[in-house]
Amino acid sequence: MLTPLIQGGMDAFLDYLSAHVLACLVPAFFIAGAIGVFVSQASVIKYFGAEAKRILSYSVASVSGTVLAVCSCTVLPLFSGIYQRGAGVGPATAFLYSGPAINILAIVYSARLLGLDLGAGRVVGAILFSIIIGLIMAFLFRKEEKEKVKQALDLGIPEGGKRGYALLIYFASLIGILVFASQKQWILTGISFIVLFSALRVWYSKEEIKEWLLATWGFVKLITPWLLLGVFVAGMIKTLIPETLIQQWLGGNSLQSNLIASVFGALMYFATLTEVPIVKAFLDMGMGRGPALALLLAGPALSLPSMIVIVRVMGAKKAFTYIGLVVIMATATGMMFGHFFT
Amino acid sequence: MKKIKILGMGCTRCNQLADRTREAVKELGVEAEVIKVQDIKTITNYGVLVTPALVVDGVVKIAGKVPKSEEIKKWLEEERK
Repeated sequence: MLTPLIQGGMDAFLDYLSAHVLACLVPAFFIAGAIGVFVSQASVIKYFGAEAKRILSYSVASVSGTVLAVCSCTVLPLFSGIYQRGAGVGPATAFLYSGPAINILAIVYSARLLGLDLGAGRVVGAILFSIIIGLIMAFLFRKEEKEKVKQALDLGIPEGGKRGYALLIYFASLIGILVFASQKQWILTGISFIVLFSALRVWYSKEEIKEWLLATWGFVKLITPWLLLGVFVAGMIKTLIPETLIQQWLGGNSLQSNLIASVFGALMYFATLTEVPIVKAFLDMGMGRGPALALLLAGPALSLPSMIVIVRVMGAKKAFTYIGLVVIMATATGMMFGHFFT
Repeated sequence: MKKIKILGMGCTRCNQLADRTREAVKELGVEAEVIKVQDIKTITNYGVLVTPALVVDGVVKIAGKVPKSEEIKKWLEEERK
């Protein structure tokens, strides 16, 4: 019993290393490092203040995961801060929902391993439905919101980071490398590299470059062990769970399959990125693409441990309303996606 | 006696910060207690939005970043004078 299980894990592990799947993550790691060092978190967080325009708060909340949520340890404190001291329950829950799903590593990895459609579906689904969930939450609890004392959102972190051209060209060249390398457009990749090196030479000091490389390495060290563990577990799942079971419960695009996928995702804890190889294993075993997206949307946004924190921050009533909304939204998005893309 | 608090919900970087701070305390020989704060409401009450954060005697010194050992030592020595 145990031997085939470990065998399954090992097979997936080796297959993974040899398939160069990780290669796609290399430029993404560099981008994540660059975001961590050069993008001023304060410049994003100011849109979550109590005085900020609501439209801005919602739109920034729905996309800022790309910048702020590279590490899961930033999501919950920020959510708590926005809720208690900032823009309130709507933007806070919008951020909580979209943040974990749309960090740059997760997007790149999903698109590469699961297909471009699921990668894009994950991004668009997370952004759109985070705004809808936020608005519903704000509407349902509008009375309590008004009574809350508005406190200024003290940033607690200094402004910083780079601005203007230097930042724009630098990120454009990094993204260029990522995109062109994945398309095997080597000439364009080369041009992007040249632009990157020129930008670094002209605008960036040695200290800054060193900090960037250190941050990149930090992410690699932080995420890789979990990722490899996730791959191993995904391999074991393939051996452990019979395919017929997956096909029966998660196959096709029925309401039941999507609902099971999103509830499973909501309860399970996935360390950064591990949801991707696990969904890949399920897909290989006959999971529908709709339910796969449902799992990807509900998975990183919620887990049993994070539910406990959310209850602590917002109280049980709001927390369970939010959890219910996430499950419903993920199920609905999964069904829509499955309908159009299979 | 210095009161040092490490704010963070148990993520890798928070542990890293705690280890580095303990090391700095030891190396400097400062009398200090290092406490980990994991409760999210307490963390928010410090006005910290991005963990890990380091609080020395009630003042948030840094948030969202693991500082270098030298920086931690500087903060520990600051108020000694």
